[in-house]
Amino acid sequence: MNAREEVLARIATAHRVAPPPNLTYEDIKRGYRTTSDSSVEVLTELLIDRLVDYRALVRQSSVDDLGATIATALEERGARTVVAPAGLDPSWTASLSMNVLVDGLSPDDQLSVSKLDAVDGVITNCAVAIAETGTLILNGSPGQGRRVLTLIPDYHVCVVLPGQIVADVPQALARLEPTRPLTMISGPSATSDIELNRVEGVHGPRTLEVIIVRSD
Amino acid sequence: MTTTPVMLGLPAMPPHAPDGVGNLRGEERFPVAARRALADTQLRRNLGKATTTIRTKRAQVVAELPDWEELREAGRQLKVHTMAHLPDYLAQLESAVSARGGVVHWARDAAEANAQVIDLVRGKGADEVVKVKSMATQEIGLNEALEAVGIAAIETDLAELIVQLGHDKPSHILVPAIHRNRAEIREIFLREMGDVDPALSDEPTALAGAARQHLRRKFLSAKVAISGANFGVAETGTLAVVESEGNGRMCLTLPETLITIMGIEKLVPRWQDLEVFLQLLPRSSTGERMNPYTSMWTGVTPGDGPQEFHLILLDNGRTAVLSDAEGRDALNCIRCSACLNVCPVYERTGGHAYGSVYPGPIGAILSPQLTGIEDNASLPFASSLCGACYDVCPVKINIPEILVHLRAEHTETYAEEHRVPSAEASAMGAAAWVMSDPKRWTLVLRSGRLGRVLGRKRDAIGEVPLPLAKQWTDARDFARPPKQTFRDWWAAEHRSER
Repeated sequence: MNAREEVLARIATAHRVAPPPNLTYEDIKRGYRTTSDSSVEVLTELLIDRLVDYRALVRQSSVDDLGATIATALEERGARTVVAPAGLDPSWTASLSMNVLVDGLSPDDQLSVSKLDAVDGVITNCAVAIAETGTLILNGSPGQGRRVLTLIPDYHVCVVLPGQIVADVPQALARLEPTRPLTMISGPSATSDIELNRVEGVHGPRTLEVIIVRSD
Repeated sequence: MTTTPVMLGLPAMPPHAPDGVGNLRGEERFPVAARRALADTQLRRNLGKATTTIRTKRAQVVAELPDWEELREAGRQLKVHTMAHLPDYLAQLESAVSARGGVVHWARDAAEANAQVIDLVRGKGADEVVKVKSMATQEIGLNEALEAVGIAAIETDLAELIVQLGHDKPSHILVPAIHRNRAEIREIFLREMGDVDPALSDEPTALAGAARQHLRRKFLSAKVAISGANFGVAETGTLAVVESEGNGRMCLTLPETLITIMGIEKLVPRWQDLEVFLQLLPRSSTGERMNPYTSMWTGVTPGDGPQEFHLILLDNGRTAVLSDAEGRDALNCIRCSACLNVCPVYERTGGHAYGSVYPGPIGAILSPQLTGIEDNASLPFASSLCGACYDVCPVKINIPEILVHLRAEHTETYAEEHRVPSAEASAMGAAAWVMSDPKRWTLVLRSGRLGRVLGRKRDAIGEVPLPLAKQWTDARDFARPPKQTFRDWWAAEHRSER
């Protein structure tokens, strides 16, 4: 028997020696919350509260002012070179005074890791945001690009658009296509490994700035 | 497939994790190791501080969820259901991963998994790999196996790095360096990193910064990464790694080749089921509403991340655990470590005393079942059975009940293997003889008053240097017997009524 056959045979033996309880998938009791009647306003406030609690920076913007808000954030940060994925809405970066590198879709247009290591920040959108946990989820769609873009630069500006905020984890997962590369981000990179104190800033971006766009 | 004679008769029971490879067995019994740990006052201070902090944080974020108990019950039922349908779900996972460009391997035990990793790394011509913190790879002793053939395994989790640089062993599932304080960590970094500014302070921020700098180049140049997995979704073939620092993202994103080692029990049936576990795990483990980073990937994504992906499905004694109806729930563990942080025994002895990479209450039920009870016979006794571990377990594993079951199993195994009965068995036999006759019983109770000569100083009896008494009083005070037995008191009180 090869390893696969043998492991499966061992499981069959285990089940014969110790018959498992008969619990079908449909009978699994799911008494937890999967819906929420909170308004967009309440969810937005909750998201901001949770983001700030985990030391993310938060700005709010109207749809019309988004380009200017992004520019202000990057300027205040003193960024001189930033990265944007090729699929990002071009109007978001049109008014930027600094150098904007675009990471393309084909391998030839993709930036090298060392180039990414030298930039001052990255701008992306997200797929969905979870209010209750202060989480942003990226799914590799055109406005977010490759996973490495939001990992190597030390500063990440992430834009949350109207309609992207959901209340909790179940509602967020229901919106996602699981086979895409997914990254859930809750605050800047952190560790609790030294005396169990939370310290922000280890390997991922040490600063996460979230721009929440309000529907006008 | 050829039919072997074994297949015709009753198949052999699934084997335990083999001895001689991996880190499931300690070098000494728990009481011996615990005694030494208790004498280390620095260790006790570090542990006391850390476990108190994390217990408070966990309690706060758990209290935020009105449906915490419903989530726990759903988590428990999902795990019970999955274990009952393991072959179907494993096959489903295998075909989903393969369909998306991943390669699935199966490993009967630690030695086979290590050999598979070595082959894969050599096949890439690499002599260095970066690693995401993973209990499975610690369990099978992968770093030691790689080192033995000249492949350097670099731990990238901060706590694992502290352990590796300190030539030390992990002592906690989630925070392997929980036994070290900031001053000790600073010293290890100065001594081992080679490129550290001697002015490095012991502020956690500065220490984390030193680790970032030290590992940056390794991440950017590594060709092969090795990870574990927190969850594998059978339906979609999606794997998930839950982390904080971003070292996981680095390993899962930058190298060309990714090798993931996953215990066969880490499955969940469907994508939707992660909605339960991604709420239970972070709140139970680090006491956060959500951990900073969770990465999920399905096979290979062209143009994004590793273009070669291998998944190794590991047994290493898990099917032996599955064969015990009373102990198998230990497999439902999602490695949050909440049970360690609330355990009065763990808080005082730390993780090293348990010998295995799985310490604390969950380790006390998991390690002996993976290795066979006699290879970790002292662990089920490393508990006061207070039940705090059961209360915090996010998938409601009844740890005290399994501890008692394993104690009984050890006692029975011992009796079978030894012609002379154990001290406990002789004592129980003598007790039965005494208790079956009222006169004998009264006599023995009165003789208990003799014990009053002991423990006069502090009204309690400490260590008694007699064979059986020593085993009990080693770790516990014994109440000083009262002047009068209950039976004598009753007789005296009711004499007038006669």
